[in-house]
Amino acid sequence: MSALTRLAPWTYGFIAAVAILIIMMVASGVGSLGSVLSTALIFGAISVVVATGQMFVIATGPGNIDLSVPAVLTLSAYAAMTAAAASGGSALVGLVVALGTGMIAGTLNYGAILALRLPPIIATLAWSFVFQSVAFNFGGEATLKPPAALAAFTSFRLAGVQIMPICIMGLTAVAALTLTRGVWGRRALAVGQSEAAAHFAGIRVKRVRLVSYVLCGGAAGLAGYLLAGFTGGAALNMGDTYLMEAIAIVALGGTSIAGGQANAVGIWGAALFFNLMGTMLNTFQFQAGMRFIIMGALIIAIVAIVPKPKVR
Amino acid sequence: MQQVANMPVGEMGAKAPLFLAGRGLSKSYGAVKALSDTDFHLATGEVVGLIGHNGAGKSTLINVLAGVVARSGGIFEVLGRDAGDWSANLARENGLRCVFQELSLCPNLSATENTRLLHPALKGFGWKQRARKTIQSALDTVFPDSGIDVDRPVGELSLGERQMIEIARGFSVTDSPVRAIILDEPTSSLGAEATRQFLEQVSRASEDGISVILVTHRLGEILAVAHRVVTMKDGLVISDQFNDGLSRSELVAVMGDLEPETRERRDAVVRDVPVFSHSSGLGDHDIELHQGEIVGLAGLDGHGQRERLRAVFDAARVSGLPVAFVAGDRVSEGLFPLWSIRDNLTIRSLSALSRGGLVSNEAADRLTQSWFERLKVRAPGIATPLLSLSGGNQQKVLFARALASDARLIVLDDPMRGVDVGTKHEVYALIRNEAETGRSFLWYSTETEEFENCDRLHVFREGRSETILDGERIEPNAILEASFGGLYV
Amino acid sequence: MSDKRFRLSHGTLQLLLSAGALLIMLGAIFHVQPNAMSYFGFTLLFKLSMPLVLAALAQMMLILLGDIDLSNGAFVGMVTCITAVWLDPSPGVAVIAYLAAIAAFVAMGWFTHARELPSIIVTLGASFIWLGIAITVLPSPGGTVPGWLTGFTGWRPPLLPMPIWVALIAAAVSQWFLMHTSFGTLLRATGGNARAVQKAGWSLSRLRIAIYAMAGGLMVASGVLLSGIITSGDPNVAPSYTLLTIGAVIVGGGAFVGGRVSPIGTVLGALTLSLAGSFLSFMHVPATWQIGAQGAILFLVLAGRVIVDRRKLA
Repeated sequence: MSALTRLAPWTYGFIAAVAILIIMMVASGVGSLGSVLSTALIFGAISVVVATGQMFVIATGPGNIDLSVPAVLTLSAYAAMTAAAASGGSALVGLVVALGTGMIAGTLNYGAILALRLPPIIATLAWSFVFQSVAFNFGGEATLKPPAALAAFTSFRLAGVQIMPICIMGLTAVAALTLTRGVWGRRALAVGQSEAAAHFAGIRVKRVRLVSYVLCGGAAGLAGYLLAGFTGGAALNMGDTYLMEAIAIVALGGTSIAGGQANAVGIWGAALFFNLMGTMLNTFQFQAGMRFIIMGALIIAIVAIVPKPKVR
Repeated sequence: MQQVANMPVGEMGAKAPLFLAGRGLSKSYGAVKALSDTDFHLATGEVVGLIGHNGAGKSTLINVLAGVVARSGGIFEVLGRDAGDWSANLARENGLRCVFQELSLCPNLSATENTRLLHPALKGFGWKQRARKTIQSALDTVFPDSGIDVDRPVGELSLGERQMIEIARGFSVTDSPVRAIILDEPTSSLGAEATRQFLEQVSRASEDGISVILVTHRLGEILAVAHRVVTMKDGLVISDQFNDGLSRSELVAVMGDLEPETRERRDAVVRDVPVFSHSSGLGDHDIELHQGEIVGLAGLDGHGQRERLRAVFDAARVSGLPVAFVAGDRVSEGLFPLWSIRDNLTIRSLSALSRGGLVSNEAADRLTQSWFERLKVRAPGIATPLLSLSGGNQQKVLFARALASDARLIVLDDPMRGVDVGTKHEVYALIRNEAETGRSFLWYSTETEEFENCDRLHVFREGRSETILDGERIEPNAILEASFGGLYV
Repeated sequence: MSDKRFRLSHGTLQLLLSAGALLIMLGAIFHVQPNAMSYFGFTLLFKLSMPLVLAALAQMMLILLGDIDLSNGAFVGMVTCITAVWLDPSPGVAVIAYLAAIAAFVAMGWFTHARELPSIIVTLGASFIWLGIAITVLPSPGGTVPGWLTGFTGWRPPLLPMPIWVALIAAAVSQWFLMHTSFGTLLRATGGNARAVQKAGWSLSRLRIAIYAMAGGLMVASGVLLSGIITSGDPNVAPSYTLLTIGAVIVGGGAFVGGRVSPIGTVLGALTLSLAGSFLSFMHVPATWQIGAQGAILFLVLAGRVIVDRRKLA
């Protein structure tokens, strides 16, 4: 439409990411840019997977959020690495187990929300305690090594281009298509805009939400699987950074926290921004405390600045 | 009382002093003029009945008088002084109280605690005892023997009991006296006895010098207590009459309806087996819908029609009958505010429009375009955001959503609320046409004249379908009689 | 009609529920370890509940408004750091820092409502800020707390153990303030129907600021008590507070909409959830399963709540 006059919310992340790249280029020269960008792409891709799942949940309406993502990510990684090791190092078995674990976790999350009529915040946090405990019993403090094929895939480059982020971009395209033209995606956005209107338009609201939680769990499982492959195995607390950051990425990516509007492509811009931001704060040797303060202030500033969809 | 009624209040040389007077009051929301250049005055001890159809501007007028809505123009005087920037706070300080249509009680608080909200004086040691005494004595005065527990959260009370508390709270007094009270549909959930007690209270208050503005659709109440009747239409006062022997039919005539559009009764209804039948389990009439039939749900506001309508929708959905719903409360139950006309219109038909899990853009455009043209939606195109349309055109899109679907039964939830007359008549014709093609309609409305379009009517009282009217028996007086059970008609 | 007088109100049932859960756990603990049934045993069992009770009441104030505070744990952690660094050497600085923290919390609340932002995100962001400040003030756990503070948290008052006194007083004061004073009634009205409060001529922003200020004050008190118990400061001491406090409010009969909260219930909920930890150790639940079992206990208690709700509907 006539978006030329005003920037769409989802572009903000890309603009901010480019701004940081420029700052870093000025500060430390063009030479370092390649490695900075490639690291940001790899870790950014993992953030994108987690955030895309979270986006589906948030899009289905106010209050819907999955706080169990870090625990699901860790648990899936442990389960996948264990299963892969047991099956003689099969990466495929690992992938199936990771996705399956995540989707079961998503089902349990929405099941508790529905059966105990709990706010999603409480239900998903309580489950995350349970998932964390289960993960702990899988491997304890030990790191479970990934199958060789997975480790090779996550760091594979073709003509100097990393393959894993490219694959994730493919998934982003699928997610974007789901939102704009998929039957479930349209219904999810309708539910997010108005639960009552969706109900009266004949949409089965609970079923739509269940799918979003299952997708979110599956995405967390996939992220855990890839992260384990890339970082050399499943480790406790590997998911911890993927909660707050993912939610902030979803918001900056052009998805309304109030639900009903979502953007899958914008997540890439926001994820790159957050990863580059981390790198920049490191390079400039900010104290850990200062880094947290800047991140927090940024998150608040983002929700305050990104234009809210106009609803009268 | 008779004496007061005969006083030429408010006119030149008025004997009773004016409590408030407004000249040229107006209020616009964007391009919409909800109130245009209206004069209104209220003398001490005077009871003014304010009538008119939904959307006539009554609510806007009383909100301006109450200081809840800032006027866009006009002069406004209270007790002979210019009111300047009138506000809810100033209104309270001048002894003006309001009992609003949408309940303004906090459901988590008791009646006692809700009384505290209205009285800044109720604070400090022993405030609760004083608040309890205040509301209890007000309740005892207005509704003796109501038996309401003033210490229970009002959310746990019935709608009628809440309305009684709200009315009693309006008349309750602590440090400053009540000079005037605005009552907006105060009796919509009250029973016969409580309504009688309420009307007595209005007369008593008037004798004590309290001015009253009574807004209600129940004309009998107005005829019983008002000294003067003001009628509004399209944001204007169209008539201002003293109530010395006014009759019901005179008021109805002034409101300007009942052009008894002689319409031919259709006989497209196939009366063998109902398409759908719904029983409430309360032992009242089952709602049966035959192919091509338009069935109405009538009664006073809040007597269970809406609940029953929703129950029918949900039951039909569960049974697998293709059913669609047209919401009257567009903002919270109908439209998807972030979406275009096209997205809003096609959401009910996504499965039919999709090939292999993906919605076909061409098919969606074609479907939208055809209904867009058929309903003559006034908008630049089908990609226009729905919210930028006028209320009537938004409603047309919601109709199109239902009609474009595969629904055999279409449920209408007072869909013409706040819609202009032209659109209404277009849509009435459309509904009749669609019924001819064999679709069934279940229609809840708050506007009695709409029931002229129905083949059969269930009239509700206190949550039950008590009376069925059909064919020629569907006419306003019969409907009112059945709704009130003969009270104040 | 006739049983109206004898029917337990919904709120009372909720209270009985959390009290019941508390008693069941205590009974199980005493069954395994009869020695725990003593002044000293109670002190140990409930020691950590003192700060949690106050933090849960702070969470309750925000939930009353329909908001939620995901920064509760980080804020309390920040207060322990301020306490461990300044309260002993320069109490004046500490008090100023406490007041500044409360002011920052109020500013956050004001900003949230002025811009109509989702409190879930704003408090998430704020939790990073509190954590960052805490790390800046006290980079690694440690510091010292004044002797009077450790003396106070370790005090053995007459009749009842200290944690029980704290819980009783907190419950009584908050219940009286919120449910029985005229100002508390206004605050609850703001949560129940903000428009009605506004129509009656009150300033909503002032009421909201008051609520945020009280929540901030309660969290400061919680952090000070916590640092007295652990005799140091730690930025990451209380991350689980966020869940436990929300859980305590919900277990105690609160709801996210409509200004329905119960101070007594919240205190009972906080006691229940903090006892759950001790309960699991006494039951010999392996350390690796303890977190998971806490989640399970939360679900169990909340399941009871659903049954109570069903009864109400029936």
